[in-house]
Amino acid sequence: MARRARRILPGFGLSLGLSWLYLGLLVLLPLSGLFLKTFTLTWEHFWETVASPRALAAYQLTFGASVVAALANAVFGLLVAWVLVRYRFPGKSLVDALVDLPFALPTAVAGLTLTSLYASTGWYGRYLEAAGIKVAYSSIGIVVALTFIGLPFVVRTVQPVLEEIDADVEEAAATLGATPWQTFTRIIFPSILPALLSGFTLALARAIGEYGSVVFISGNMPMRTEIVPLLIITKLEQYDYAGATALAVVMLTVSFGLLLAINLLQRWAQRRFEVRPG
Amino acid sequence: MLSSAAVLLLPGLLASLSACTKPGPAGAEPVTLLNVSYDPTRELYEDFNTTFAKHYEATHDGAKISVKQSHGGSGKQARAVIDGLDADIVTLALAYDVDMLHDKGNLIPKDWQARLPNNSSPYTSTIVFVVRKGNPKNIRDWEDLVQPGVAVITPNPKTSGGARWNYLAAWGHALRKAGNDEAKAQEFVAALFKNVPVLDSGARGSTTTFAERGLGDVLIAWENEALLLTDEVGKDKFEIIVPSDSILAEPPVTIVDKNVDRKGTRAAAEAYLQYLYSDEGQELAAKHHYRPRSEKVAAKYASHFPSVRLFTIDEVFGGWRKAQQTHFDDRGVFDTIYTPKAQ
Repeated sequence: MARRARRILPGFGLSLGLSWLYLGLLVLLPLSGLFLKTFTLTWEHFWETVASPRALAAYQLTFGASVVAALANAVFGLLVAWVLVRYRFPGKSLVDALVDLPFALPTAVAGLTLTSLYASTGWYGRYLEAAGIKVAYSSIGIVVALTFIGLPFVVRTVQPVLEEIDADVEEAAATLGATPWQTFTRIIFPSILPALLSGFTLALARAIGEYGSVVFISGNMPMRTEIVPLLIITKLEQYDYAGATALAVVMLTVSFGLLLAINLLQRWAQRRFEVRPG
Repeated sequence: MLSSAAVLLLPGLLASLSACTKPGPAGAEPVTLLNVSYDPTRELYEDFNTTFAKHYEATHDGAKISVKQSHGGSGKQARAVIDGLDADIVTLALAYDVDMLHDKGNLIPKDWQARLPNNSSPYTSTIVFVVRKGNPKNIRDWEDLVQPGVAVITPNPKTSGGARWNYLAAWGHALRKAGNDEAKAQEFVAALFKNVPVLDSGARGSTTTFAERGLGDVLIAWENEALLLTDEVGKDKFEIIVPSDSILAEPPVTIVDKNVDRKGTRAAAEAYLQYLYSDEGQELAAKHHYRPRSEKVAAKYASHFPSVRLFTIDEVFGGWRKAQQTHFDDRGVFDTIYTPKAQ
């Protein structure tokens, strides 16, 4: 039954063309518009906008909180995925469905809800403040909001990979005398690392651009809890379109650099751990 | 499948089509206006639109008119109109946002504010304080807001038009107290903002922070928002404190010339705005906690709006453009309050 491999989609040329058009119209064109708008600024004005002390404080907070939140999701998302794949327990499908909820919820609603929980009068907040931990209206609150909205990414990228690992690999490791810890660190972790990294990347990217939930919980104090997206809105409120896009361009460039670096890391991990002949 | 769905939809479609094209009793097509406004005016204009439609029908041989409304942050709404939202009328929180329809969109003439009486503001408001019942921190005037240990809730003037009125009211008061010493006024406002633990991005957010989250001792708010909060939400929870002096907040209205001329709705849009100045319009404004301009209606609602010494933005700040530039633009006074001094 030797048949020539047939393509499912009608023609490579046409599909590639459509893909380019689609991405071009939806991604490339709006983004180049963004860059073009910033070119209306003089270099001095651009620099003054993007390197002001307030902008620097905001970058630090936005990227810092995003990294912390994505790391938290990497650790606990992996745990959730593990539990969902490896155990059977009552209410499992409920837990599975809960994971996706942050995807569906409008982020402003999430922000309002989280704020009411963590404010000094809220269910969690009253105990945390009594213990001297201020969550709402502080940078911790921003991390909480960003962790919430990034939660599904790690779970949903790691889950299918965990499912695919054959039990006999672990059994083989066990018969060869490996401890459970060795089995995890030498067999399981390396094979899920690329997926974990891509989940981390997605959660990070999602967090960097987040606005709706953070403005409610952060308190928006300049130099302390002000995120870059809020600064961008601030520029727009004074009709400084070019200034707003200048900040957006910086955000995009840094994000792109971060994502690229993690992608390279992910490919390295894939080569290092997965391709092992015989 | 498809055809049966179409058959089901068809009568409805035809009905709605004929509804659109059916001539009014006088043979005129029904006019539709879009009023682009800011957040807290939703209920006011819902009422006003119904009343205006009746008035228009009565004065225009039964011609039908329907007014749609759009609400959001004042600056956001202005940007939407600049970017092409087909507004016939804008009713925004501050003249600066309307100015930008001229500066950035060339949609209205520069002297738009002189086209209607009272700076094109048919109703006004002012800035007052809301405190918790019993006024535990004994807040009476602006000076009490800079005391150590008093937490003040106000939105961020960089993102909220309403908050800019709050800020300017504090500044104007301090300036008068200090005998026009700008440095003293800046010191006062900086001290006030030191007492602000949270800068919400909009006025409703601040109200939530104060009323629902229980944060802060005093909320600086528009009088209409404060009355809404105390009259309708928590009469037993909050009190309004009127300071010794405050700013006259003038939310302006105008037609959007470029849009009404293209759509042929100028006459209807002008009638709409003029009706805001009528007794009926003024009554509605007062009912929705805005101070009416008409002395007759104002006298009727005198108990609702305590008298307070008011200064205008033109007197103290030389108008919105100048106030915006000096205080709220980048490297303006508000930024220097929060940005550490350059090395």
